[in-house]
Amino acid sequence: MPTLEIDGQSVTVEDGLNLIQAAERLGIEIPHYCYHPGLSIAGNCRMCLVEIEKAPKLQIACNTRVAEGMVVRTQSDKVKHARAAVLEFLLINHPIDCPICDQAGECKLQDYYMDYDRQESRFALEDKVHKNKARDIGPLIMLDQERCILCTRCTRFLEEVTGTGELGVFQRGDHCAIDLFPDRRLTNAYSGNVADICPVGALTNKDFRFRARVWYLDHTASVCTTCATGCNIDIHHRRGEVLRFRPRHNADVNQYWMCDEGRLSYKRLQGEGRLLQPVVRDGAAWAVRGWTEARALLRTRLSEIVAAHGAGAVAGVVSAQATNEEIFLFGRLMREALGAAVATLAWSPVDATRDDFLIDADKNPNSAGLRALLTDVADLDQVLAEARRGAVRGLVLLRADLHAARGSGVLDALGDALEFVAVLDTHFGPTAEIGDLLLPIATFAETDGTFINRAGRVQRVHEAVPPPAQSARGWQLLSELLGDVTGDAVPVDASAVFTELAATHAAFRQLSYSRLGELGQPLAAGA
Amino acid sequence: MSEKILLRHEDVPNLRRLDVYEADGGYRAARQALTTMEPAALTEVVKASGLRGRGGAGFPTGVKWGFLPKDNPKPRYLCVNADESEPGTFKDRQIIEFNPHLLIEGTLLSAFAIQCHTAYIYIRGEFAFGTKVLEEAIAEAYAKGHLGRGIYGTNYHLDMYVHRGAGAYICGEETGLIESLEGKRAYPRVKPPFPATHGVFGCPTIVNNVETLACLPAIVTRGAEWFKGIGPEKSPGPKMYCVSGHVERPGVFELPMGTSLRELIEVHAGGVKNGKRLKAVIPGGSSVPVLRADEIDIAMDFESVAKAGSLLGSCGVIVMDEDTCMVRALRIIAKFYHHESCGQCTPCREGTGWLEDLLIRLEEGGARPNDVDLLRRVADNMMGNTVCALADAAAMPVQSFLNKFRAEFEEHFARGGCPQRLGQPAPARIAAHA
Repeated sequence: MPTLEIDGQSVTVEDGLNLIQAAERLGIEIPHYCYHPGLSIAGNCRMCLVEIEKAPKLQIACNTRVAEGMVVRTQSDKVKHARAAVLEFLLINHPIDCPICDQAGECKLQDYYMDYDRQESRFALEDKVHKNKARDIGPLIMLDQERCILCTRCTRFLEEVTGTGELGVFQRGDHCAIDLFPDRRLTNAYSGNVADICPVGALTNKDFRFRARVWYLDHTASVCTTCATGCNIDIHHRRGEVLRFRPRHNADVNQYWMCDEGRLSYKRLQGEGRLLQPVVRDGAAWAVRGWTEARALLRTRLSEIVAAHGAGAVAGVVSAQATNEEIFLFGRLMREALGAAVATLAWSPVDATRDDFLIDADKNPNSAGLRALLTDVADLDQVLAEARRGAVRGLVLLRADLHAARGSGVLDALGDALEFVAVLDTHFGPTAEIGDLLLPIATFAETDGTFINRAGRVQRVHEAVPPPAQSARGWQLLSELLGDVTGDAVPVDASAVFTELAATHAAFRQLSYSRLGELGQPLAAGA
Repeated sequence: MSEKILLRHEDVPNLRRLDVYEADGGYRAARQALTTMEPAALTEVVKASGLRGRGGAGFPTGVKWGFLPKDNPKPRYLCVNADESEPGTFKDRQIIEFNPHLLIEGTLLSAFAIQCHTAYIYIRGEFAFGTKVLEEAIAEAYAKGHLGRGIYGTNYHLDMYVHRGAGAYICGEETGLIESLEGKRAYPRVKPPFPATHGVFGCPTIVNNVETLACLPAIVTRGAEWFKGIGPEKSPGPKMYCVSGHVERPGVFELPMGTSLRELIEVHAGGVKNGKRLKAVIPGGSSVPVLRADEIDIAMDFESVAKAGSLLGSCGVIVMDEDTCMVRALRIIAKFYHHESCGQCTPCREGTGWLEDLLIRLEEGGARPNDVDLLRRVADNMMGNTVCALADAAAMPVQSFLNKFRAEFEEHFARGGCPQRLGQPAPARIAAHA
């Protein structure tokens, strides 16, 4: 643990850190373009030059490891002059087209120019080198070579992280340009990351560009639900609309990255097919109901079936798409309040995408949570068989897409046989078609909750945007339904549900929302 | 110095042939070293000789070999830097094309000293003839047992390969050379780590210049004391000087290290061409600071040239007579570095082109009132702030030309272009350089 001095402040850090990381500990930013903690050191942008006592020249902070007794200056005149010089060099051939550039607002050229340069251009405009603009290089990425500062973050990512190497640097000197190798396209499953790590507007995300100025966006920490990996993400949203997902650093889960499938999964949160208010089947049509009436209907119908045929005539199915809080409450509602059986569903397509990096074949965000919270569950296919022969007459589905999992044949037979089906879900679809009562609930971007990833890590999601229209937060609706039957008070928030859950499940005992933080915590071992 | 060591082919006809080279005492040093010396002893002899790298930086060769890690289990490599591409420099080419076995023997000695078994000769792409000569010479050397397995009955083995570059100046930078040899784009590496620990394929590597290696056989056969006795104490040995530009007899001259620059120009190169007066000399290849005509009474060795404010560099002496337009001369130099910047580091990638743009405007008209100052500022901002020395190589000429000939640049601005070109065509010999 060497101790060194940066700008007069002493700091003791782990061996092997570079000066950018060490300065960060003191809250000192050393500006940089090419350095990225998830990639190898390139040392080419020369933005992180600092003064080190006894070194004859300025040194790049990214490639300088901390050493005992090192004395570093990041604010000397020499350093400030060098930064301004590097920025001037970077900008001479840059088009400075910020008004039409989608990176504006999250561009390190803009940021550092304001922080460290602020001088008039001394370069003659007519001398600028021109290169290719708006090159479509892949399904997700657009390249503007003129905006590029040749930091090579993208090429290093494609060599070191994906190993696909689609992009390279071509030509020499100020004619250098990033481009695709011949006959290649940027089609790997992680291509979106190159736009995230591009510090300027050279690589932009085709899905997001021109949809919003980034300074209008709010950010909410969350977790991707596309598969069991649980990549940490930030949800970027504006006025209740989710506009993009960006990976959020978590050294234990996804480092700095996420896959394109996850990145684009925000699209299914909103728009077409969302259930927006409680509805009941009225013959061939659907009739909108208020929440009070809808909840009463659920309670009444289930009670009637239990009274007429016994508790065994009602069953619930919950999927690994649900949060831990929802699974816990659903279990209590079905088992404790109604005495009914609960079956679980963690379905993925047989041809599910997978790799040995971040993409898991289990396309559910919470298979581990389902296993941890519900034991002695009924076998789903047995429950469905009993329903078909009339032994089970009432079914409650929580985020359980039976149509996708078992096919339309099974579903149609169920629809004919069952007396009453309640569907608690986000979207209308073939499964909801067999429902008698549809209760709209929030997506993971619209509710607080937790998931457990494939490695047993409990991670939080937050309500980034409110649930649309009449749809309800899952934990809240289930608490109210539970209260309708038991008379229990409804918890004030999802955190209170988690506290209850942790009190009754040993594996969760040490955990709470505040302990989970934004990076999550592993579930207790052996539980 | 009457006897030639490095330019021996000028005295011995057909020295390129192995039989002639052997008859002239060739490979005696290698045989002696491999059969009677420990590698460490050979390194000590080279250290004692005071031999300093002839590629430009002048680092002591034996000391460089000593930087190889002792306990690294990876194989070691030797790279011969035959990518001679500094403008004004054409010495290594003489050895490669006319005395290839001297290079092969020197390489064998270096490889033996550092105990490596693979040597790559990285030769610049333009040296097509040199490549052919070297490849033939290496084949001959294999056939006669100077290379390959069990050399001279010892258990030492060495394989030698010629790797031809594709014509980029940056491949002469030792880590650019290594990247290129590995099949990558020749971006010089950030240091540390240095090649001695992480070189070719991540293995310990030594990179030596052609002329440096060519000194080794004579050091072995004649001894360190003999070598040390030639020239100044701190920079001893025979040296090849390349003289080009406005002289009567341009060429390569082998003379003791420390020969006076004036003697080199006036005696060996026959003086300034056509009896003109001398205006300026670049003593060590186009990248080093220029000297005025009144600054040439200096000894051509590492210390003395540095003391005079320039660098011995590659000993590429470029002579300019009184008619030379210094703005045009600098523009030509700037054009070269603009063309050759690899583009990796910001200051060099963007600065080299800017320098050339400013010089074009000064020479052809269209310069702005502050362009001379700006030229200076751009060069200052490039200096010392990049991975390799190419930015320095582009900046140093600008700084020194402005320090010593600023009035000429101001005049170009004031008259709206080059005074020599206004109303008359450029002198033929200047135009020929463009």
